[in-house]
Amino acid sequence: MHGVVNWAVHFFMLDEGPLIWLSDFLIICASLGILAVLTKFRLWKWLWDEWLTTVDHKKIGIMYMIAAILMLFRGGTDGLLMRAQLAWPNMHFLNADHYDQIFTTHGTIMILFMAMPAIIGFFNVAVPLQIGCRDVAFPYLNAISFWLFFFAALLFNLSFVVGGSPDGGWTSYPPYVENQFDPGPGENYYLVALSITGIGTIATGINFLVTILRMRAPGMTFMRLPMFTWSVFVTSVIILFAFPVLAVALALLLIDRDFGSHFFTVDGGGAPMQYVNLFWFWGHPEVYIVILPAFGIFSEVISTFSHKRIFGYSAMVVSMVAIAILSFITWVHHFFTMGAGPGVNSFFGVSTMAIAIPTGVKVFNWLFTMHKGRIEFKTAMLWAIGFIPNFLIGGLTGVMLAVPPADYQYHNSYFLIAHFHYVLIGGTVFGVFAGLYYWWPKMFGVLLNEKLGRWHFWTFMIGFNVCFFPQFFLGFMGMTRRMYTYPAGYGWGVVNLISTIGAFLMGVGFIILVYNILWSARYGERDVTGDPWDGRTLEWATTSPAPHYNFAIIPTVKGRDAWWLMKQNGESINGPKGVPFRPIHMPNNSGRPFIMSLFFFILGAGFVFQWWILAIIGFVGVLVCMAQRSFEYDDSHYIPVEEIEKTEAAAGRL
Amino acid sequence: MEAKEHKFHREEGFPWKHILGLFLSLLLTAIAFWLALATHQPPALVITIIVILGVGQLLVQLYMFMHFTESDDRAWQVPALYFGLFIVFCVVGGSIWIMTFKSIVA
Repeated sequence: MHGVVNWAVHFFMLDEGPLIWLSDFLIICASLGILAVLTKFRLWKWLWDEWLTTVDHKKIGIMYMIAAILMLFRGGTDGLLMRAQLAWPNMHFLNADHYDQIFTTHGTIMILFMAMPAIIGFFNVAVPLQIGCRDVAFPYLNAISFWLFFFAALLFNLSFVVGGSPDGGWTSYPPYVENQFDPGPGENYYLVALSITGIGTIATGINFLVTILRMRAPGMTFMRLPMFTWSVFVTSVIILFAFPVLAVALALLLIDRDFGSHFFTVDGGGAPMQYVNLFWFWGHPEVYIVILPAFGIFSEVISTFSHKRIFGYSAMVVSMVAIAILSFITWVHHFFTMGAGPGVNSFFGVSTMAIAIPTGVKVFNWLFTMHKGRIEFKTAMLWAIGFIPNFLIGGLTGVMLAVPPADYQYHNSYFLIAHFHYVLIGGTVFGVFAGLYYWWPKMFGVLLNEKLGRWHFWTFMIGFNVCFFPQFFLGFMGMTRRMYTYPAGYGWGVVNLISTIGAFLMGVGFIILVYNILWSARYGERDVTGDPWDGRTLEWATTSPAPHYNFAIIPTVKGRDAWWLMKQNGESINGPKGVPFRPIHMPNNSGRPFIMSLFFFILGAGFVFQWWILAIIGFVGVLVCMAQRSFEYDDSHYIPVEEIEKTEAAAGRL
Repeated sequence: MEAKEHKFHREEGFPWKHILGLFLSLLLTAIAFWLALATHQPPALVITIIVILGVGQLLVQLYMFMHFTESDDRAWQVPALYFGLFIVFCVVGGSIWIMTFKSIVA
């Protein structure tokens, strides 16, 4: 009995101190609160029918966005804990172990469970509407992608209070993360959760690739695609070719840890550096996976709020394709210091610098799009304008890091930390915020408040610069990445304190965003026109939020900025008057993606704790779900004409 | 919706092609495992054979499961395959090139 209690206390980390107890308490309160609300307001059926079983790309997009904002909170809290610990020399707010776990979960969550769902959320929200189709090519698979991501995120976050978080950094380099040096379930959580969400991401890549190739409205040729859709197309190609490499690297490392093989160990003929090599073959394209869709969002936002078509459309397309190809031949710049030799390092240094060329082309195109435009400073546009100088700082310091001899000096220093936060926050996070303000009315039928939006923008943008700009200097002063505390007398204290103040200002910005969301849900201006920004692309041609079937009649596209052209010519989205509606073929909802992903979660938990019976139960469950799907013949329905007429009449489009 | 939109999505009796593909891919995997675990040939030879088996596996997947030869519009799979070859060249050729430093420093 005593042994069991000891085991449970250790397993649930009750011997780890007040941070864990507080987290346990908050998790239990939040879970009970959610259960109570769902039960009190009898929302269980609604939750299941409308959300958990949906295959509608618009709802899946909304769920991705909610998850991304929640994960931004989790990752941001990790970041604030780290900044609190580093605020002053010799701080012992966190001990070394806890600090290691927190920087690992911060990085992993921000990239895989915040940036990825946020951009994939926008894929779902915007792409089918922009190309004039009714759903993605594989709606059922789309639901599987989401739920795999969801349960992987759940599994990863569980590590905080059950068994211990991973502590090998978001890159999880062997040999440190091998069993010999890092026993326990922590790193298994990382490997399993990333593998599961990776399956979902590959499926998303395939889904949007096929959707954009095969489901464009008539007349929507490739050179008429909205810029965001182009960026999604290019991103999907990168996902499809980069993520399998990550899957292989993670699987090999998991086999090392769970079954004692020697792929990446120091003994037994293993090659730890091969993991680093494979990881970054995915890792570098991954950077472009999260930045290219943000570029797409900025292109839409800048064009819309400058009231001009995008400058240099074909140059934009060519530069995105060039970035996609170059992204696969630059990965070594993440480990120049491995010492692969001057030949290798020079090649990858030059190929990295080459990426600055297409990126520069894009920056100039955005500037020329604004040139002589009637610029409207809505919040979405503020994020887009703020992005350009901030991203420029990130990009130029990236070129500095691309010079191998110089990189030996600032590799893994705070200079690097500042650099990648400037590209990831100044690029991706600003892009996500721009997209949120821009597409919020299309997602929910309500506009976010502009005044709160401005507060959100300025506090976050100033906080971001106060936080990360000093870190360039910390890097030059010799402060290295991942150190949990530092002695006084190096002159780092004040600079770190400034950085921490900036971080908390970003936290204030986030709270304003959440307040804005809650305020707008209740008091926000309703979007009755479906086109609040005088938009240019087809998603603004339909109601906000769009009807279940998106378009009653698939529109015919006559040029770039299709909806703008229709408005100029006084055309209706439903084409000439009097064309009769026809029944619309739509996929059925299904609970199986949710259930199958739950079995993936069980399978994953089995691999984390090496409880093989649990793993087998999960695996069998997954197989049964797949088999059931294979014999499902009745998976779609028709929306009758009367229902379409009713919806279209209510939207004033008859 | 209409039959013409699903030119290749039709029932063709028992899916012999898929069953054959399944068994071929299992067989190729089993041979690879057997070579690695149960034979005592020199590693270079085993690795070479496994690479050849891997290419065979690729062809089985492309022809038996992935409808590689079918297209009713433009054959998008052809440029995708070329890009795939480029990626394979990068990841295999690049890794060999990058990791050669090991033999120099060893």
